[in-house]
Amino acid sequence: MKVEEKLGKNVFKVDKEGHIKINHEICRAKCKPKYCLTVCPAKVYSLDQNGDVQANPDGCLECGTCVLSCLETALTWHYPKASFGVQYRFS
Amino acid sequence: MEHVDAVIIGAGLAGLSCAYTLAKSGLDVLVVERGDYPGSKNVTGGRLYMNPVRQYLPDIWDDAPFERHVTKEILTMLSDDSSITLTLRSDSFNKQPHHSYTLIRPTFDRWLADKASGAGAAIVPKYKVEHLLRENGKISGIRAEGEDIGANVVVAADGAMSFIAEEAGLRSKHDPHHFAVGVKETVELPKKTIEDRFNLHGDEGAAQLYFGSVTKGLTGGGFLYTNRSSVSIGIVVGIGSLMDDARQLETFQLMEEFKQRPEVSALAQDGETVEYSAHMIPEGGVASLPKLYGDGILVVGDAAGFALNMGIIVRGMDLAIASGVMAGQTISAAKKQENYSAKTLASYETRLNDSFVMKDLHTYRNIWKVLNNLRLFKKYPSAISSLLTDLMFIDSHPKPKLSSTALRHIRKQFLNLSTLKDAASLLTV
Repeated sequence: MKVEEKLGKNVFKVDKEGHIKINHEICRAKCKPKYCLTVCPAKVYSLDQNGDVQANPDGCLECGTCVLSCLETALTWHYPKASFGVQYRFS
Repeated sequence: MEHVDAVIIGAGLAGLSCAYTLAKSGLDVLVVERGDYPGSKNVTGGRLYMNPVRQYLPDIWDDAPFERHVTKEILTMLSDDSSITLTLRSDSFNKQPHHSYTLIRPTFDRWLADKASGAGAAIVPKYKVEHLLRENGKISGIRAEGEDIGANVVVAADGAMSFIAEEAGLRSKHDPHHFAVGVKETVELPKKTIEDRFNLHGDEGAAQLYFGSVTKGLTGGGFLYTNRSSVSIGIVVGIGSLMDDARQLETFQLMEEFKQRPEVSALAQDGETVEYSAHMIPEGGVASLPKLYGDGILVVGDAAGFALNMGIIVRGMDLAIASGVMAGQTISAAKKQENYSAKTLASYETRLNDSFVMKDLHTYRNIWKVLNNLRLFKKYPSAISSLLTDLMFIDSHPKPKLSSTALRHIRKQFLNLSTLKDAASLLTV
């Protein structure tokens, strides 16, 4: 199963503002390993054409793994606003 | 400004158990939850061990929405291309009161929330805390959705990430080596299919833990729990372990490959995935706990790091419930003295120390080191399965004596210093 297909099973209430901000300067300059690209089970993070990390927070499962893996603290990660984000039903 | 005896941040098992206890003692209690309903942000593997919690919440379980009582404990050791499974089925697991139940959190947490509100607690979902209020250096309430709410005590029941404990200065930044990520799919199957596949009668359930090449040598393992008409399938992998490994394995891919193992796929066959979830799990044990109390604040459940990976047993929800109840007892006692200072609230820690929560965390304090030994997940599963495969296998040549086959494997794989060391380390748990 592809990640999109799996995430498609979930109920998400998407906040257009997003709840993940990346400080690209720090990310570019200080972080080599870019753990967020691999540790996130929802594949929220990807590299764009310029090689910068981008986040697509719509499918975030709110586990927080990326926050712990971002040793340079380039990520600003809050919980989504009240009533936004994933709403689990069968977990 | 509205003022209550206690504001509890997070309607999970710890927060709701605390709320129930406080409401039963007649205190004014408010539970705030950022999700649409209690349980909407919560994930378990999982199952709840009942014996530790019955003494804390004695009278509420009759109508609890449990899925199945576990009668079969299955351990599967996976090598890359084979597996060894040990099944324990015991009549004792069928006796009332049952030993453990599988459950689904959104359903279960809503039930517990109903119990707490039935006892008089106010539970407000869709309500996210912005920050804590302070007065003379003491935590004095919360600010949420543009309003201030005062409280004698704030309870941080906000889960493994616990931004609240961090804001209160009770913990430092999380160390990825002290946490694992759990990833799970809930796969729907007809009730009858589950009972046939696992050889279960009625409401009996199975709990299967997988270790070995599930995580390709990283700390962690896989799980499968039978619910009434679904199975919960997933993996748990150490976050630090993922980061340290040069292969940079994808969590998503580990889960996919686990599901494709014949030892898993045959059990989930023709099922429909109805949800994909993930959650962080505290695994650092007693050495990595935050400070559990401060002036006007207590920390409970996952937020306090109360989870215990005992290798063949994984616990968290029982510790959450017990810690929530003990926090409630502490706040009730503080109310009688009308004193909510750290000094008074310190009795929370005393209660925990006298309970199974801290005692078990202490007894199993070394298991974290043992489970971080990668040989456990890589070397031994394949060594043991290749021994058994050779014993079972008949090829075209005359078969050597079983004992000489066994001795050859043992000499090659197990008679060395590292195995001796590993065996000795197992004696510490």
